Amino acid sequence: MNHFGAIGSHRFRDTHRSLETVQVDPETVAPRDFEMAARGRKPRQVKLLVWDLDETLWSGTLLEGDNVQPRPGVVEILKSLDRRGILQSIASKNDPAMAHAKLEELGLLDYFLYPQIGWSVKSSSIQRIAKAINIGLDSVAFIDDQAFERDQVRHVLPQVMTLDAADASELLERPELMPRFITDESAIRREMYRFDIERQQAQETFEGPDEAFLASLEMKLTITPARQEDLQRAEELTERTNQLNSTGVTYNFDELDRFRQRDDHLLLVASLDDKYGTYGKIGLALVETSPERWTLRLLLMSCRVMARGVGTILMSHLLLRAREARARFRAEFRETERNQMMKVAYRFAGFKTVEERDGMLILENDLEFIQPYPDFVELELS
Amino acid sequence: MSERKLIIKQFLSRFFRNYDLKNEEDIFALGFVNSLLAMQLVGFIEKEFGITVNDDDLDLDNFRTITRIDRLIARKIPA
Repeated sequence: MNHFGAIGSHRFRDTHRSLETVQVDPETVAPRDFEMAARGRKPRQVKLLVWDLDETLWSGTLLEGDNVQPRPGVVEILKSLDRRGILQSIASKNDPAMAHAKLEELGLLDYFLYPQIGWSVKSSSIQRIAKAINIGLDSVAFIDDQAFERDQVRHVLPQVMTLDAADASELLERPELMPRFITDESAIRREMYRFDIERQQAQETFEGPDEAFLASLEMKLTITPARQEDLQRAEELTERTNQLNSTGVTYNFDELDRFRQRDDHLLLVASLDDKYGTYGKIGLALVETSPERWTLRLLLMSCRVMARGVGTILMSHLLLRAREARARFRAEFRETERNQMMKVAYRFAGFKTVEERDGMLILENDLEFIQPYPDFVELELS
Repeated sequence: MSERKLIIKQFLSRFFRNYDLKNEEDIFALGFVNSLLAMQLVGFIEKEFGITVNDDDLDLDNFRTITRIDRLIARKIPA
Protein backbone atom coordinates (compact mmCIF):
# COMPACT_ATOMS: atom_id res chain seq x y z
CA MET A 1 0.00 0.00 0.00
CA ASN A 2 2.07 2.89 1.15
CA HIS A 3 5.61 2.19 2.05
CA PHE A 4 6.83 -1.02 0.60
CA GLY A 5 10.47 -0.28 0.55
CA ALA A 6 13.42 -2.40 -0.14
CA ILE A 7 12.84 -6.04 0.40
CA GLY A 8 15.32 -7.75 -1.67
CA SER A 9 17.24 -10.86 -0.88
CA HIS A 10 16.29 -14.23 -2.19
CA ARG A 11 14.21 -15.33 0.67
CA PHE A 12 12.31 -12.12 0.77
CA ARG A 13 11.92 -11.45 -2.90
CA ASP A 14 8.86 -13.61 -3.10
CA THR A 15 7.38 -11.88 -0.17
CA HIS A 16 8.04 -8.56 -1.75
CA ARG A 17 6.04 -9.62 -4.73
CA SER A 18 3.30 -10.79 -2.47
CA LEU A 19 3.27 -7.44 -0.72
CA GLU A 20 2.12 -5.92 -3.95
CA THR A 21 -0.19 -8.71 -4.84
CA VAL A 22 -1.53 -9.58 -1.49
CA GLN A 23 -4.16 -12.17 -0.74
CA VAL A 24 -4.08 -14.83 -3.32
CA ASP A 25 -5.03 -18.16 -2.02
CA PRO A 26 -3.96 -21.00 -4.29
CA GLU A 27 -7.18 -22.69 -3.23
CA THR A 28 -9.24 -19.99 -4.81
CA VAL A 29 -7.37 -19.92 -8.10
CA ALA A 30 -9.80 -21.14 -10.65
CA PRO A 31 -9.95 -23.76 -13.30
CA ARG A 32 -12.06 -21.73 -15.63
CA ASP A 33 -10.45 -19.31 -18.10
CA PHE A 34 -7.17 -19.83 -16.42
CA GLU A 35 -4.06 -21.46 -17.71
CA MET A 36 -2.69 -22.43 -14.33
CA ALA A 37 -5.86 -24.32 -13.67
CA ALA A 38 -5.79 -27.44 -11.61
CA ARG A 39 -8.41 -30.04 -11.03
CA GLY A 40 -10.75 -30.13 -8.10
CA ARG A 41 -10.26 -26.63 -6.84
CA LYS A 42 -12.84 -24.13 -5.89
CA PRO A 43 -13.50 -21.52 -8.58
CA ARG A 44 -11.39 -18.48 -7.90
CA GLN A 45 -13.05 -15.47 -6.45
CA VAL A 46 -12.89 -12.18 -8.26
CA LYS A 47 -12.56 -9.31 -5.84
CA LEU A 48 -12.22 -6.52 -8.37
CA LEU A 49 -13.88 -6.05 -11.75
CA VAL A 50 -12.31 -3.46 -14.05
CA TRP A 51 -14.58 -1.98 -16.71
CA ASP A 52 -13.84 -0.47 -20.08
CA LEU A 53 -16.20 2.42 -20.91
CA ASP A 54 -16.99 2.82 -24.64
CA GLU A 55 -19.20 0.01 -25.92
CA THR A 56 -18.73 -1.88 -22.66
CA LEU A 57 -20.11 0.11 -19.76
CA TRP A 58 -22.04 2.38 -22.09
CA SER A 59 -23.16 2.22 -25.71
CA GLY A 60 -21.41 4.59 -28.03
CA THR A 61 -18.06 6.34 -28.13
CA LEU A 62 -17.75 9.38 -25.94
CA LEU A 63 -15.07 11.16 -27.97
CA GLU A 64 -17.05 10.76 -31.17
CA GLY A 65 -19.76 12.89 -29.65
CA ASP A 66 -22.25 10.10 -29.06
CA ASN A 67 -24.83 10.66 -26.37
CA VAL A 68 -23.65 7.57 -24.51
CA GLN A 69 -26.01 5.64 -22.25
CA PRO A 70 -25.36 2.64 -20.02
CA ARG A 71 -25.74 -0.60 -21.91
CA PRO A 72 -28.86 -2.55 -20.97
CA GLY A 73 -28.51 -4.27 -17.61
CA VAL A 74 -25.19 -2.67 -16.77
CA VAL A 75 -26.49 -0.45 -13.99
CA GLU A 76 -28.11 -3.44 -12.33
CA ILE A 77 -24.84 -5.37 -12.61
CA LEU A 78 -22.89 -2.52 -11.03
CA LYS A 79 -25.31 -2.36 -8.14
CA SER A 80 -25.48 -6.11 -7.59
CA LEU A 81 -21.74 -6.61 -7.62
CA ASP A 82 -21.38 -3.70 -5.25
CA ARG A 83 -23.78 -5.34 -2.80
CA ARG A 84 -21.82 -8.55 -3.10
CA GLY A 85 -18.72 -6.72 -1.95
CA ILE A 86 -16.93 -6.96 -5.28
CA LEU A 87 -14.94 -3.82 -5.95
CA GLN A 88 -15.14 -2.12 -9.33
CA SER A 89 -12.92 0.21 -11.27
CA ILE A 90 -12.34 1.53 -14.76
CA ALA A 91 -9.57 1.20 -17.34
CA SER A 92 -10.55 3.32 -20.31
CA LYS A 93 -8.76 5.14 -23.09
CA ASN A 94 -10.69 8.34 -23.02
CA ASP A 95 -10.58 12.00 -22.16
CA PRO A 96 -10.42 11.97 -18.34
CA ALA A 97 -12.43 15.13 -17.69
CA MET A 98 -15.19 14.26 -20.15
CA ALA A 99 -15.48 10.70 -18.94
CA HIS A 100 -15.60 11.73 -15.28
CA ALA A 101 -18.26 14.29 -16.03
CA LYS A 102 -20.29 11.72 -17.93
CA LEU A 103 -20.04 9.13 -15.17
CA GLU A 104 -21.10 11.71 -12.66
CA GLU A 105 -24.03 12.78 -14.82
CA LEU A 106 -25.12 9.14 -15.05
CA GLY A 107 -24.83 8.82 -11.27
CA LEU A 108 -22.29 6.00 -11.58
CA LEU A 109 -18.98 7.62 -10.64
CA ASP A 110 -19.14 6.58 -6.98
CA TYR A 111 -19.19 2.90 -7.83
CA PHE A 112 -15.59 2.98 -9.01
CA LEU A 113 -12.39 3.04 -6.99
CA TYR A 114 -9.25 4.54 -8.54
CA PRO A 115 -10.73 4.82 -12.07
CA GLN A 116 -7.93 4.99 -14.66
CA ILE A 117 -9.04 7.08 -17.57
CA GLY A 118 -6.40 8.35 -19.97
CA TRP A 119 -4.11 6.94 -22.61
CA SER A 120 -2.13 4.30 -20.76
CA VAL A 121 -2.12 0.71 -21.95
CA LYS A 122 -4.79 -1.16 -20.07
CA SER A 123 -2.44 -3.61 -18.42
CA SER A 124 -0.69 -0.69 -16.69
CA SER A 125 -4.00 0.79 -15.60
CA ILE A 126 -5.05 -2.53 -14.10
CA GLN A 127 -1.74 -2.91 -12.31
CA ARG A 128 -2.08 0.55 -10.81
CA ILE A 129 -5.58 -0.16 -9.57
CA ALA A 130 -4.66 -3.53 -8.06
CA LYS A 131 -1.67 -1.99 -6.35
CA ALA A 132 -3.65 0.92 -4.96
CA ILE A 133 -6.33 -1.41 -3.61
CA ASN A 134 -3.67 -3.90 -2.52
CA ILE A 135 -5.10 -7.07 -4.00
CA GLY A 136 -3.56 -9.79 -6.10
CA LEU A 137 -3.87 -9.70 -9.87
CA ASP A 138 -5.37 -13.16 -9.83
CA SER A 139 -8.37 -11.70 -8.00
CA VAL A 140 -8.95 -9.24 -10.82
CA ALA A 141 -11.25 -9.52 -13.84
CA PHE A 142 -11.33 -7.12 -16.77
CA ILE A 143 -14.22 -6.59 -19.15
CA ASP A 144 -13.81 -4.94 -22.55
CA ASP A 145 -15.56 -5.13 -25.91
CA GLN A 146 -12.30 -5.08 -27.89
CA ALA A 147 -10.41 -8.32 -28.39
CA PHE A 148 -7.23 -6.30 -28.84
CA GLU A 149 -7.46 -4.83 -25.35
CA ARG A 150 -8.30 -8.16 -23.77
CA ASP A 151 -5.35 -9.78 -25.53
CA GLN A 152 -3.00 -7.01 -24.46
CA VAL A 153 -4.02 -7.49 -20.83
CA ARG A 154 -3.82 -11.27 -21.06
CA HIS A 155 -0.41 -11.05 -22.64
CA VAL A 156 1.09 -8.83 -19.93
CA LEU A 157 -1.00 -10.03 -17.01
CA PRO A 158 -1.95 -13.66 -17.61
CA GLN A 159 -3.31 -13.88 -14.05
CA VAL A 160 -6.11 -11.44 -14.85
CA MET A 161 -9.36 -12.96 -16.01
CA THR A 162 -10.62 -11.27 -19.17
CA LEU A 163 -14.27 -11.05 -20.18
CA ASP A 164 -15.94 -10.02 -23.41
CA ALA A 165 -18.44 -7.19 -23.03
CA ALA A 166 -20.76 -9.18 -25.29
CA ASP A 167 -21.18 -11.61 -22.40
CA ALA A 168 -21.96 -8.90 -19.85
CA SER A 169 -25.49 -10.13 -19.32
CA GLU A 170 -24.13 -13.35 -17.80
CA LEU A 171 -21.81 -11.61 -15.36
CA LEU A 172 -24.04 -11.98 -12.34
CA GLU A 173 -24.30 -15.74 -12.88
CA ARG A 174 -20.58 -16.37 -12.98
CA PRO A 175 -19.32 -18.39 -10.01
CA GLU A 176 -16.18 -16.26 -9.79
CA LEU A 177 -18.38 -13.28 -9.05
CA MET A 178 -20.43 -15.03 -6.41
CA PRO A 179 -18.81 -14.87 -2.99
CA ARG A 180 -19.85 -17.69 -0.73
CA PHE A 181 -21.13 -15.30 1.89
CA ILE A 182 -22.44 -11.82 1.65
CA THR A 183 -21.62 -10.39 5.05
CA ASP A 184 -22.64 -7.05 6.45
CA GLU A 185 -19.16 -5.94 5.50
CA SER A 186 -19.51 -6.96 1.86
CA ALA A 187 -22.11 -4.33 1.28
CA ILE A 188 -19.92 -1.55 2.65
CA ARG A 189 -16.61 -2.81 1.28
CA ARG A 190 -16.40 -0.08 -1.35
CA GLU A 191 -17.03 2.54 1.28
CA MET A 192 -14.32 1.09 3.51
CA TYR A 193 -11.87 1.27 0.64
CA ARG A 194 -12.87 4.84 0.03
CA PHE A 195 -11.97 5.63 3.64
CA ASP A 196 -8.62 4.04 2.88
CA ILE A 197 -8.09 6.42 -0.02
CA GLU A 198 -8.71 9.38 2.28
CA ARG A 199 -6.36 7.95 4.90
CA GLN A 200 -3.65 7.44 2.33
CA GLN A 201 -3.99 10.96 1.06
CA ALA A 202 -3.74 12.20 4.63
CA GLN A 203 -0.66 10.08 5.21
CA GLU A 204 1.04 11.32 2.06
CA THR A 205 0.60 14.93 3.05
CA PHE A 206 1.45 14.37 6.70
CA GLU A 207 4.83 15.57 7.94
CA GLY A 208 6.21 14.09 11.11
CA PRO A 209 6.92 10.71 12.60
CA ASP A 210 4.68 7.80 11.71
CA GLU A 211 3.63 7.51 15.30
CA ALA A 212 2.20 11.00 15.21
CA PHE A 213 0.36 10.15 12.02
CA LEU A 214 -1.07 7.05 13.63
CA ALA A 215 -2.15 9.15 16.59
CA SER A 216 -3.88 11.58 14.25
CA LEU A 217 -6.09 8.74 13.00
CA GLU A 218 -7.72 8.42 16.45
CA MET A 219 -7.92 4.66 16.11
CA LYS A 220 -10.05 2.52 18.35
CA LEU A 221 -9.41 -1.21 18.50
CA THR A 222 -12.08 -3.46 19.97
CA ILE A 223 -11.26 -7.01 21.00
CA THR A 224 -14.20 -9.22 21.89
CA PRO A 225 -15.02 -12.91 22.11
CA ALA A 226 -16.54 -13.97 18.78
CA ARG A 227 -20.32 -14.09 18.71
CA GLN A 228 -22.16 -16.33 16.34
CA GLU A 229 -23.04 -13.40 14.11
CA ASP A 230 -19.32 -12.65 13.73
CA LEU A 231 -18.50 -16.05 12.31
CA GLN A 232 -19.39 -15.50 8.67
CA ARG A 233 -17.03 -12.58 8.58
CA ALA A 234 -14.51 -14.65 10.55
CA GLU A 235 -14.64 -17.41 7.96
CA GLU A 236 -14.32 -14.83 5.22
CA LEU A 237 -11.24 -13.46 6.98
CA THR A 238 -9.60 -16.87 7.17
CA GLU A 239 -10.25 -17.31 3.47
CA ARG A 240 -9.23 -13.87 2.29
CA THR A 241 -6.15 -13.45 4.43
CA ASN A 242 -3.00 -15.27 3.44
CA GLN A 243 -0.13 -13.03 4.06
CA LEU A 244 -0.91 -12.33 7.67
CA ASN A 245 -2.08 -15.80 8.62
CA SER A 246 0.09 -17.64 11.12
CA THR A 247 -0.66 -21.18 10.04
CA GLY A 248 -2.11 -20.88 6.56
CA VAL A 249 -5.05 -22.85 7.92
CA THR A 250 -8.55 -21.75 7.04
CA TYR A 251 -11.53 -22.66 9.16
CA ASN A 252 -15.12 -22.76 8.06
CA PHE A 253 -18.14 -21.45 9.85
CA ASP A 254 -19.00 -24.69 11.66
CA GLU A 255 -15.48 -25.31 12.87
CA LEU A 256 -15.24 -21.78 14.20
CA ASP A 257 -18.62 -22.13 15.85
CA ARG A 258 -17.49 -25.26 17.68
CA PHE A 259 -14.31 -23.57 18.91
CA ARG A 260 -16.36 -20.60 20.02
CA GLN A 261 -18.52 -22.77 22.25
CA ARG A 262 -15.74 -24.75 23.86
CA ASP A 263 -14.56 -23.78 27.32
CA ASP A 264 -10.98 -24.65 26.56
CA HIS A 265 -10.71 -22.37 23.55
CA LEU A 266 -10.81 -18.65 23.12
CA LEU A 267 -11.93 -17.19 19.82
CA LEU A 268 -11.41 -13.45 19.65
CA VAL A 269 -12.40 -10.97 16.99
CA ALA A 270 -10.77 -7.57 16.59
CA SER A 271 -12.38 -4.61 14.88
CA LEU A 272 -10.91 -1.24 14.12
CA ASP A 273 -12.38 2.22 13.67
CA ASP A 274 -10.77 5.56 13.11
CA LYS A 275 -11.84 9.09 12.38
CA TYR A 276 -12.40 8.28 8.72
CA GLY A 277 -14.75 5.43 9.45
CA THR A 278 -14.71 1.76 10.21
CA TYR A 279 -12.32 -0.88 8.93
CA GLY A 280 -14.73 -3.52 10.17
CA LYS A 281 -13.54 -6.78 11.67
CA ILE A 282 -9.91 -7.10 10.79
CA GLY A 283 -8.40 -9.70 13.08
CA LEU A 284 -9.02 -13.11 14.51
CA ALA A 285 -7.25 -15.16 17.16
CA LEU A 286 -7.89 -18.74 18.20
CA VAL A 287 -6.23 -19.89 21.41
CA GLU A 288 -6.45 -23.19 23.18
CA THR A 289 -6.46 -22.39 26.88
CA SER A 290 -5.42 -25.37 28.96
CA PRO A 291 -4.78 -24.46 32.58
CA GLU A 292 -1.01 -24.79 32.31
CA ARG A 293 -0.43 -23.79 28.77
CA TRP A 294 -2.06 -21.62 26.17
CA THR A 295 -1.52 -22.40 22.52
CA LEU A 296 -2.20 -19.85 19.81
CA ARG A 297 -3.52 -21.91 16.94
CA LEU A 298 -4.34 -19.14 14.55
CA LEU A 299 -3.71 -15.45 14.35
CA LEU A 300 -4.66 -13.44 11.36
CA MET A 301 -4.95 -9.82 10.44
CA SER A 302 -6.46 -8.27 7.38
CA CYS A 303 -3.74 -6.67 5.29
CA ARG A 304 -5.86 -3.54 5.13
CA VAL A 305 -4.52 -2.69 8.58
CA MET A 306 -0.92 -3.50 7.83
CA ALA A 307 1.42 -0.98 9.42
CA ARG A 308 -1.22 0.25 11.83
CA GLY A 309 0.44 -1.52 14.74
CA VAL A 310 -2.76 -3.29 15.75
CA GLY A 311 -1.47 -6.83 15.21
CA THR A 312 1.10 -6.16 17.89
CA ILE A 313 -1.63 -4.96 20.23
CA LEU A 314 -3.70 -8.09 19.71
CA MET A 315 -0.61 -10.19 20.39
CA SER A 316 0.24 -8.23 23.54
CA HIS A 317 -3.32 -8.67 24.72
CA LEU A 318 -3.08 -12.45 24.38
CA LEU A 319 0.31 -12.58 26.08
CA LEU A 320 -0.89 -10.45 28.98
CA ARG A 321 -3.94 -12.64 29.49
CA ALA A 322 -1.82 -15.78 29.50
CA ARG A 323 0.54 -14.23 32.02
CA GLU A 324 -2.42 -13.32 34.18
CA ALA A 325 -3.68 -16.91 33.96
CA ARG A 326 -0.17 -18.06 34.94
CA ALA A 327 0.01 -20.21 31.86
CA ARG A 328 2.89 -20.76 29.50
CA PHE A 329 2.34 -19.45 26.03
CA ARG A 330 3.00 -21.29 22.83
CA ALA A 331 2.07 -20.62 19.25
CA GLU A 332 1.75 -22.87 16.26
CA PHE A 333 3.24 -21.52 13.11
CA ARG A 334 3.29 -22.98 9.67
CA GLU A 335 5.43 -21.23 7.12
CA THR A 336 3.74 -20.54 3.82
CA GLU A 337 5.10 -18.76 0.80
CA ARG A 338 3.34 -15.65 1.90
CA ASN A 339 3.42 -15.31 5.63
CA GLN A 340 7.07 -14.44 6.13
CA MET A 341 6.09 -11.13 7.60
CA MET A 342 4.02 -12.84 10.26
CA LYS A 343 7.01 -15.00 11.13
CA VAL A 344 9.21 -11.99 11.63
CA ALA A 345 6.47 -10.39 13.74
CA TYR A 346 6.29 -13.45 16.00
CA ARG A 347 10.03 -13.58 16.40
CA PHE A 348 10.14 -9.88 17.20
CA ALA A 349 7.36 -10.39 19.72
CA GLY A 350 9.75 -12.65 21.62
CA PHE A 351 8.79 -16.11 20.35
CA LYS A 352 11.45 -18.77 20.02
CA THR A 353 11.18 -22.05 18.19
CA VAL A 354 11.02 -24.99 20.60
CA GLU A 355 9.86 -27.77 18.35
CA GLU A 356 9.07 -28.68 14.78
CA ARG A 357 6.46 -31.25 13.86
CA ASP A 358 5.46 -32.06 10.30
CA GLY A 359 6.33 -28.61 9.08
CA MET A 360 4.52 -26.96 11.98
CA LEU A 361 6.75 -24.85 14.17
CA ILE A 362 5.96 -24.68 17.85
CA LEU A 363 7.07 -21.34 19.22
CA GLU A 364 7.19 -20.34 22.84
CA ASN A 365 7.13 -16.94 24.47
CA ASP A 366 8.60 -16.69 27.95
CA LEU A 367 6.28 -13.73 28.69
CA GLU A 368 9.13 -11.73 30.16
CA PHE A 369 8.94 -8.85 27.75
CA ILE A 370 5.55 -7.94 26.41
CA GLN A 371 5.32 -4.96 24.11
CA PRO A 372 3.26 -2.33 25.98
CA TYR A 373 0.07 -1.04 24.39
CA PRO A 374 0.91 2.05 22.36
CA ASP A 375 -0.69 5.40 23.18
CA PHE A 376 -1.96 5.98 19.69
CA VAL A 377 -4.77 3.44 19.83
CA GLU A 378 -7.68 3.42 22.19
CA LEU A 379 -8.31 -0.14 23.27
CA GLU A 380 -11.69 -1.51 24.18
CA LEU A 381 -11.95 -4.98 25.67
CA SER A 382 -14.95 -6.98 26.62
CA MET B 1 29.68 7.04 12.62
CA SER B 2 30.67 4.14 10.42
CA GLU B 3 29.29 4.05 6.94
CA ARG B 4 27.30 0.95 7.73
CA LYS B 5 25.61 2.55 10.69
CA LEU B 6 24.77 5.55 8.56
CA ILE B 7 23.14 3.31 5.98
CA ILE B 8 21.06 1.62 8.68
CA LYS B 9 20.13 4.94 10.19
CA GLN B 10 19.14 6.29 6.81
CA PHE B 11 16.87 3.33 6.24
CA LEU B 12 15.24 3.66 9.64
CA SER B 13 14.76 7.38 9.24
CA ARG B 14 12.20 6.70 6.55
CA PHE B 15 9.99 5.39 9.30
CA PHE B 16 10.95 7.91 11.94
CA ARG B 17 10.48 11.08 10.00
CA ASN B 18 11.95 14.19 11.60
CA TYR B 19 13.44 12.16 14.40
CA ASP B 20 17.16 11.96 15.03
CA LEU B 21 17.63 8.34 16.01
CA LYS B 22 20.73 7.69 18.12
CA ASN B 23 22.92 4.60 17.74
CA GLU B 24 22.02 3.25 21.13
CA GLU B 25 18.37 4.14 21.11
CA ASP B 26 15.99 1.18 21.47
CA ILE B 27 13.58 1.41 18.57
CA PHE B 28 11.22 -1.07 20.18
CA ALA B 29 11.06 0.90 23.40
CA LEU B 30 10.28 3.97 21.30
CA GLY B 31 7.20 2.14 20.18
CA PHE B 32 8.02 2.63 16.54
CA VAL B 33 8.12 -0.90 15.33
CA ASN B 34 5.37 -2.72 13.55
CA SER B 35 5.59 -5.95 11.63
CA LEU B 36 5.90 -4.24 8.28
CA LEU B 37 8.89 -2.25 9.45
CA ALA B 38 10.44 -5.36 10.96
CA MET B 39 9.99 -7.20 7.72
CA GLN B 40 11.40 -4.42 5.60
CA LEU B 41 14.31 -3.95 7.94
CA VAL B 42 15.31 -7.60 7.65
CA GLY B 43 14.86 -7.53 3.89
CA PHE B 44 16.83 -4.32 3.62
CA ILE B 45 19.91 -5.48 5.50
CA GLU B 46 19.95 -8.77 3.63
CA LYS B 47 19.94 -7.00 0.31
CA GLU B 48 22.13 -4.07 1.20
CA PHE B 49 24.86 -6.10 2.87
CA GLY B 50 24.51 -9.34 0.96
CA ILE B 51 23.90 -11.49 4.01
CA THR B 52 21.23 -13.99 4.94
CA VAL B 53 19.38 -13.44 8.17
CA ASN B 54 18.28 -16.85 9.31
CA ASP B 55 15.83 -17.94 11.93
CA ASP B 56 18.26 -17.85 14.81
CA ASP B 57 19.16 -14.27 14.03
CA LEU B 58 15.56 -13.11 14.10
CA ASP B 59 15.86 -12.15 17.71
CA LEU B 60 14.55 -8.86 18.95
CA ASP B 61 17.86 -8.25 20.69
CA ASN B 62 19.68 -8.23 17.38
CA PHE B 63 17.52 -5.42 16.07
CA ARG B 64 16.93 -3.14 19.05
CA THR B 65 19.43 -0.44 18.15
CA ILE B 66 21.50 0.72 15.22
CA THR B 67 24.60 -0.56 17.00
CA ARG B 68 23.14 -4.02 17.50
CA ILE B 69 21.99 -4.27 13.90
CA ASP B 70 25.47 -3.23 12.87
CA ARG B 71 26.95 -5.95 15.07
CA LEU B 72 24.67 -8.58 13.60
CA ILE B 73 25.76 -7.62 10.11
CA ALA B 74 29.41 -7.69 11.12
CA ARG B 75 28.96 -11.24 12.40
CA LYS B 76 27.28 -12.27 9.18
CA ILE B 77 29.66 -10.77 6.66
CA PRO B 78 32.26 -13.36 5.68
CA ALA B 79 35.66 -12.23 6.88
